[in-house]
Amino acid sequence: MGCTAEDVVAALRAAAAVVQEHRDELVRLDQAIGDADHGENMKRGFTALVSRLDTEPPDTPARVLKLAATTLISTVGGAAGPLYGTAFLRASSAVGDAAELDRDAVARALQAALDGVVARGKAVVGDKTMVDALTPAVTAAASAEGTVAATLSAAADAAEEGASSTVPMVARKGRASYLGERSAGHLDPGARSTALLLRAFADAAAKA
Amino acid sequence: MKKIINDPDTVVQDALRGMQAAHSDLLTVHYDPAVVVRADAPVRGKVAIISGGGSGHEPLHGGFVGRGMLDAACPGPVFTSPTSDQVVDAVSRTDGGAGALLIVKNYTGDVLNFEMAAELAESEVRSVVIDDDVAVKDSLYTAGRRGVGGTVLLEKIVGAAAERGADLAYCETLALRVIASVRSMGLALTACTVPHVGSPSFELGDDEMEIGIGIHGEPGRQKVHAGTAAEMVSALLDPILEDLPFASGDRVLLFTNGMGGTPLLELYLAHGIAEQLLADRGITVERRLVGPYITSLEMQGMSLTLLRLDDEMVELWDAPVHTPALRWGV
Repeated sequence: MGCTAEDVVAALRAAAAVVQEHRDELVRLDQAIGDADHGENMKRGFTALVSRLDTEPPDTPARVLKLAATTLISTVGGAAGPLYGTAFLRASSAVGDAAELDRDAVARALQAALDGVVARGKAVVGDKTMVDALTPAVTAAASAEGTVAATLSAAADAAEEGASSTVPMVARKGRASYLGERSAGHLDPGARSTALLLRAFADAAAKA
Repeated sequence: MKKIINDPDTVVQDALRGMQAAHSDLLTVHYDPAVVVRADAPVRGKVAIISGGGSGHEPLHGGFVGRGMLDAACPGPVFTSPTSDQVVDAVSRTDGGAGALLIVKNYTGDVLNFEMAAELAESEVRSVVIDDDVAVKDSLYTAGRRGVGGTVLLEKIVGAAAERGADLAYCETLALRVIASVRSMGLALTACTVPHVGSPSFELGDDEMEIGIGIHGEPGRQKVHAGTAAEMVSALLDPILEDLPFASGDRVLLFTNGMGGTPLLELYLAHGIAEQLLADRGITVERRLVGPYITSLEMQGMSLTLLRLDDEMVELWDAPVHTPALRWGV
């Protein structure tokens, strides 16, 4: 079974709830190695997104993803706004105007999202950023078999593992990089939020 | 946390309202998206000079909006970069037909949002990125040096050039020359508390100071024993002098900046020491600025900025400026 515009809306609402729930955790993670705004910024962005989905729910998956992109770009700020915004924008372009997304389309969207984040932020695996969560997620999604839910679940598992791998890393991008060696020993907040979003998408897909 | 605020969610908007009330002769505040624009914008035929960044650094940037400095400032949430639509809106409100120069402090969020804005804006837009903080050593393995105190001097000098009719390419080249000639470093005696976080951004013992801080409450390069004022000034000035490097015979502007919570009594004390140390090295301080101009909320601490001057920069520094925070020659 494919993933309709309504399903994508439901997944984004689930993501907003998860972001709200983990707002303080993301603030704490960012306080340790950054500037303590990631949880607050993500909450602001996803709250704005939910209210736009309430008033003007788009009618194709691509349009829903594009609405997420423009909302996050205009409300999140920080580095996360342009990075997640670009990710959703590229994902939107990658799925065309299909009414339903199959697992291949979902895998393609994730690949496009990663390409967008890398093009915008210029981070590579090992820099202690969201790329460390998103890269293994894309790889896992590409080789996953079965339903959209199974694909997203494999991506979420890989993203969580990828996020954990950032703990010992010394940051080379973003504000944490100013700390040099002192950034090691902390989970990267961007990698963590990426893993949280993918898990929320997977859980929503499993329920659809 | 004790602060003069009603609600962490509305602190920036609430402060902008007060700013509008206090300075309606100089600027107009737009709230959605948030942009502080000089009262007579757009000025026909003039290059628009636009900056912005997280709030919490006041008077930077909104306090520098007005004749002879910025045409617009885009205030983000506390310590968070503004969004690209704020910058696009600022460009469209201030472009008088000669294009816009964006002055961007080198932080990942600021760079990404201003970059997107430059792609989206309908006007001719150029961007310069200022990265004057010598505390960040290894630029290959970091996001690069941060934009700090030098930003104030850059906005004043380029703002003056635009006011007297310099075109966009000239403003950009001048900005790059200032960026290449300015270096800064800061220290903190206390951390600051971000309203939506509610607790201090790092731990410092009673006898400790953090050397090499940025302006977002992020910790610096190292914690050391807080010594005398002379030791503190040397700890900032030595790395600055070595970095450019500044040499005997140089003419400089010395900017002694407070981080928000340090009294002018202490800033002047530190400034006097810095002047003496520079004189000892044969460096001529030709212009000065002392006070809290690029702050980190209520943080106690200071930064020093040194700009190597040439005749044109001196002339532009002295040119009239009429903004909430800097005002002379008018």
